[in-house]
Amino acid sequence: MVSQLEIKESEGGVLLVFLGGQWRAGKNVHSIGEIERSIVERRDVRRLCFRVNGLEFWDASLIAFLVKCEDLCRRNGVVFDIDDLPKGVKRLLFFSSKRVGGEVIEAPVEMSFLGELGKGVVDFFVGCGDVLAFLGELVLSLGRVIFGKGHARWRDFVVLVQDVGAEALPIVTLISFLVGFIMAFIGFTQLKRFGATIFVADLVGIAMVREMGVMMTGVIMCGRTGAAFAATLGSMKIGEEIDALRTTGISPFDFLVTPRVLALLFMMPILVIYADFIGVFGGLVVTSSFSEITFAEYWQETQVALTMKHILIGVYKSIAFGVLIALTGCLRGMQCGSSSSAVGDAATSAVVTGITSLVVADAIFAVLFDALDM
Amino acid sequence: MEKENTHIEVKHLRMAYNNFEVMKDISFKVKRGEIFFVVGGSGCGKTTLLRHMIGLLVPTRGDILYEGKSLIFGTDEEKEDILTKFGVLYQAGALWTSMTLLENIALPLEQHTSLSESEIREIASVKLSLVGLRGFEDFYPAELSGGMRKRAGLARAMALDPEILFFDEPSSGLDPVNAKRLDDLIVLLRDSLGTTVVVVSHDLTSIMGIADRLIYLDAEAKSIVAEGTPKDLARNSEDPRVVEFFTRGESTKWKS
Repeated sequence: MVSQLEIKESEGGVLLVFLGGQWRAGKNVHSIGEIERSIVERRDVRRLCFRVNGLEFWDASLIAFLVKCEDLCRRNGVVFDIDDLPKGVKRLLFFSSKRVGGEVIEAPVEMSFLGELGKGVVDFFVGCGDVLAFLGELVLSLGRVIFGKGHARWRDFVVLVQDVGAEALPIVTLISFLVGFIMAFIGFTQLKRFGATIFVADLVGIAMVREMGVMMTGVIMCGRTGAAFAATLGSMKIGEEIDALRTTGISPFDFLVTPRVLALLFMMPILVIYADFIGVFGGLVVTSSFSEITFAEYWQETQVALTMKHILIGVYKSIAFGVLIALTGCLRGMQCGSSSSAVGDAATSAVVTGITSLVVADAIFAVLFDALDM
Repeated sequence: MEKENTHIEVKHLRMAYNNFEVMKDISFKVKRGEIFFVVGGSGCGKTTLLRHMIGLLVPTRGDILYEGKSLIFGTDEEKEDILTKFGVLYQAGALWTSMTLLENIALPLEQHTSLSESEIREIASVKLSLVGLRGFEDFYPAELSGGMRKRAGLARAMALDPEILFFDEPSSGLDPVNAKRLDDLIVLLRDSLGTTVVVVSHDLTSIMGIADRLIYLDAEAKSIVAEGTPKDLARNSEDPRVVEFFTRGESTKWKS
């Protein structure tokens, strides 16, 4: 059975609508097209009435249909007469119609393209302001914590150091070994043609220490630690745990953000130096297994190629990267919204913002070190 | 009202989110040792008012005074001083989930007092037994039921022996028996310690049971539409919104 709809006109401008059959959602229920046509074509319709003698079954589809009829009547100045509808329908219609408390609630107006653009620009600058405010708050908090007046706990710091440092070792080992391995492999196949395979040591050593070691560690820590910071702080925010800290008179910055920034600031250089060694070792494995070059020769060449300057460049960058990763992670966590998907968004955003800022910072460093002749 | 008797004073507070005005102009006083309720329908801004009173949100106008000292315009030290004088029980407890119950209660004590570790442990245990959670010191919040979490939250709120306790919807999510128990605990605390209690609630049973005085907020009027004792408001209020609230929407008036 399907829905039935029949329209009859009677005297005095009354339009009679006979509703029958089964009004089941998704089963070809009628649209209001016919009624609309009748009302628009015949301009003398004053009242819309319903007859429901043949109505066997109805669900929300009938209510939706009637709400549309009501809207149509309002627009055309026709009286919407629901006296003959079943009681249940009338009651539901009362709640479904746009009248709540007697007044019509208008849907919010959709914004134009220019409006959206303007809003986007304003939001961008507000976002920049938020980042600056966060940075300022961090500096104040750092001052408090370093001079022992803040609310940070040594115990939390130790746990964080273990978490961002020691527990990241396996993944850092694997990735840097493979990066060194790959670079050596490419270098070896190219340099072999010139009989200059020993320079693989220079290539791997300098590239690893100046760029790849710190960059790959940065990306790993972004995905591993930055996302974890954002997710932890985000779910603490949702659970009102951060509010609870505030109202206990404990600054969430002192207690949560500053220890995280400090932990990463101290651990990143150590991880990066470790990654450099592993990368060089990766290069060594390739070179010593494909050529005549011995362990000692490779190591000797690496020592000649690497000066303190190269190592320091990597370390400087690692400190900056550590701060950037911790900052973006904590910032996104503290900005977290209150829905269940917000934590996921915060973690995603922390990784995206983190990696982007790493690459931008690396580019700035490249120009800077060039200018400083390093 | 005598000056010494006023514990909290809210003066001409205007609250807004971005451009959306929640409350226009509200002023009221809470007396020392009183159980004061902030009442109103869902979404009328009573939790927002609470968040302003505990310093989580900043009003767009007006002031909040604790014993005459401003929470809004004071220096950072003054504000921290005020913050340590009150405790808050959040709607879902808001315990720090990475710490055990004992650590939850110990943290405020560690940060704001110079007690030794063993003293802190003793005090925390006492507070836990006060809310009926003796023996749960080393449990994590996730291992507890909602009602227990709420009571643990109360123990934490009481950690620093606050002069004021704030409750955000204390009976929400609790069965009637546990809700009654929490109400009794609130009265017990007030009677034995003289704590000033501010409760945000729409639970009629709690309001009629333990409130000394209440204000009724209305979302449309954006202000306080009634103030008084619950019995007085339930019997004598002429305001249709208040009458409707106290009679659960039925037209007959509350008879007690």
